[in-house]
Amino acid sequence: MNAQNVDAPSAYFLAEVSNEIETHTLSLLVDNEPGVLARVIGLFSGRGYNIDSLTVSETEHEKHLSRITIVTTGTPMIIEQIRHQLDRLVPVHRVTDLTVRAKRANQDKPLERELALIKVAGDGDKRLEALRLGDAFRATVIDATTEHFVFEITGRTSKIEQFIAIMKPLGLVEVSRTGVAAVQRGPEGL
Amino acid sequence: MTREMTGAEMVIQALKDQGVDTIFGYPGGAVLPIYDEIIQQEGLEHILVRHEQGAGHAAEGYARSTGKPGIALVTSGPGATNMVTALTDAMLDSIPLVCISGQVPTHLIGNDAFQECDTVGITRPCTKHNWLVRDVEALPRVLHEAFYVATSGRPGPVVVDIPKDVQFATGTYQGPTPNPAAAHKSYRPQLKGDAASIRKAAEMMAAAKKPILYTGGGVINSGTQACQLLRELVSLTGFPITSTLMGLGAYPASGDNWLGMLGMHGTYEANMAMHDCDLMINVGARFDDRITGRTDAFSPNSQKIHIDIDPSSINKTINVDLPIIGDVGHVLEDLVRIWRSSSMKTDATAMKSWWSQIDSWRARNSLAYKPNDDVIMPQYAIQRLYELTKDRKTFITTEVGQHQMWAAQFYGFEEPNRWLTSGGLGTMGYGLPAAIGAQVAHRDALCVDIAGDASILMNIQEMSTAVQFGLPVKVFILNNQYMGMVRQWQQLLHGNRLSHSYTDSLPDFVKLAEAYGGVGIRCEKPGDLDGAIEEMISVDRPVLFDCRVANLANCFPMIPSGKAHNEMLLPDEANDEVVANAISAEGKSLV
Repeated sequence: MNAQNVDAPSAYFLAEVSNEIETHTLSLLVDNEPGVLARVIGLFSGRGYNIDSLTVSETEHEKHLSRITIVTTGTPMIIEQIRHQLDRLVPVHRVTDLTVRAKRANQDKPLERELALIKVAGDGDKRLEALRLGDAFRATVIDATTEHFVFEITGRTSKIEQFIAIMKPLGLVEVSRTGVAAVQRGPEGL
Repeated sequence: MTREMTGAEMVIQALKDQGVDTIFGYPGGAVLPIYDEIIQQEGLEHILVRHEQGAGHAAEGYARSTGKPGIALVTSGPGATNMVTALTDAMLDSIPLVCISGQVPTHLIGNDAFQECDTVGITRPCTKHNWLVRDVEALPRVLHEAFYVATSGRPGPVVVDIPKDVQFATGTYQGPTPNPAAAHKSYRPQLKGDAASIRKAAEMMAAAKKPILYTGGGVINSGTQACQLLRELVSLTGFPITSTLMGLGAYPASGDNWLGMLGMHGTYEANMAMHDCDLMINVGARFDDRITGRTDAFSPNSQKIHIDIDPSSINKTINVDLPIIGDVGHVLEDLVRIWRSSSMKTDATAMKSWWSQIDSWRARNSLAYKPNDDVIMPQYAIQRLYELTKDRKTFITTEVGQHQMWAAQFYGFEEPNRWLTSGGLGTMGYGLPAAIGAQVAHRDALCVDIAGDASILMNIQEMSTAVQFGLPVKVFILNNQYMGMVRQWQQLLHGNRLSHSYTDSLPDFVKLAEAYGGVGIRCEKPGDLDGAIEEMISVDRPVLFDCRVANLANCFPMIPSGKAHNEMLLPDEANDEVVANAISAEGKSLV
């Protein structure tokens, strides 16, 4: 921004134009047709936007509608652009910025959950510690031998990150994550 | 109507039902069934081009000069990839284009079959939408949807990719739906602007002391009605008006309030008025980087209203105070009505002093150039072309470069849809096929491609198309033997080291015209120019006019890269030293 122009009456120089990077969760309702995901992803790569997480699945089978949840980062101006650019795609029915909606309703964030499958191998104390911590995080053991556990854990991204970090020294082998699924709080739908 | 027919027949039927009269195309293995239908029908004229890119630009020229969608038909693989430039061009300039491409049979898709390419994958980012149709029963619906998507909202190119077996298969044809906008599940562009916002815009306009209308290609796309409303708005308010390259002709160049084009090679008065205004009304333009110059110094003291049908254009590069989403024609209709019904008035005193300020900028005469008795100055050539063609129904197309900017500066456009140029993508090779497209749509009109000696060679093969179909297009080549704009930038940015911008061994354009079966005219002296242009106009065949112009002329005025609107390089100040130092280190990395 041009500092000497901050008092100017033009919107371009308004102080409230923020250049801070924010993380937003967008929810898209799209026709489940071939290529629709490529259109969405191509738009992000073509225009240089970030994708932190992307989740997609058909949610309304009779209408062949899929719901795509994208977590992205950028300045408010960029995120607004992303929303409009996505809305411009022909098979996109609706784009909702759940983060903006949550803020408008004076909530911290939309409801966001991720599922992860985490494989840990080891023996002795490390094995016991892994099991104990899995319990503390309310992770479920869904597969085990005497040498390993596979935990299933659900929660916000931060919780999963934390669990993975803790498991690292305890024999973490591999991780598979679904990415974020999100809805807004309250009775209303998209 | 519902009828059993093959996929290939459906294509022809759907085109006819959509009101198409002309297709530009090139046959090949994967579209042979469609070509077999073309030869057995009447009512659709097929123009055989010499290269698929030519089909694309010709369809663009047809579209831009008529307001109807342009149609191109190409085969799979190289046919489709040759279309990519034209599709991207249409995408950036919002030109409605329906491209039908053949594809290898469905069972071979993904097999690296002969002339196979992933057409929908390749064209996804350069189309508004595209479809691969694997089922003949879906074909009629997709074809009609393609027309709806291409022509509604912000127009653009679409591709319908049809495998060869689908063209042979038989299915049930359905005619177009009567109201596609209501029927479409997800794509429904907003046409009407928000009434409260339009009223607010009118109030801001009434209160403005230094207003300016900045209009773009969206006005032309919206239609002749929108152009009429724009003219009405200007006469109601008395506001000064400037336009982007794409918007020329929406308001007449002879109009009292016309400031000329704005932007990098716009007039001094247009750019200074943009910089100093207190209210900018953007009508169907998109704050392109050729227009804004340095964005952090762009019109710093103005409030900005932005009328655009595409919400993603709002606040993309320039933040605006009042966005109005809607079709220009619809919004202007409401704006004019509100202005009239509320008997709104502008601030007469402020307007008077604003105009006197503008007149002082005008007096700077920023388009001036040194006349020359021995050598044809390129600006003079355009001026003479204008004077000798302005009283006819004339369509002007261009290639890309200096000649394009001189054409925009010195040719006065009075009507919309008469100026066809590649603005957003800057495609050299656009002009000749576009002129062919315009000529097909307007057989009685004079269609002139103002070209450069380098650009014209990019699609020169289309001379053969023009000759075959009796299309008397005129190619007016400003021949300076350089890629003039490249050379100018090398002078500005790279110490005048002219790396590969000189074309040695140019063809003899007169002989080249004759080789194609057209007419060649050469002119080397200013004194001979009028006679030669008259001769060009009177010839009823395609002409290559080799106009030898001053080799090293630069295109001014100019906003150097990285500079603001009020830091223009004016022709009388641009000596070699100024030119060499015009662009700062940061500006050099910009395009």
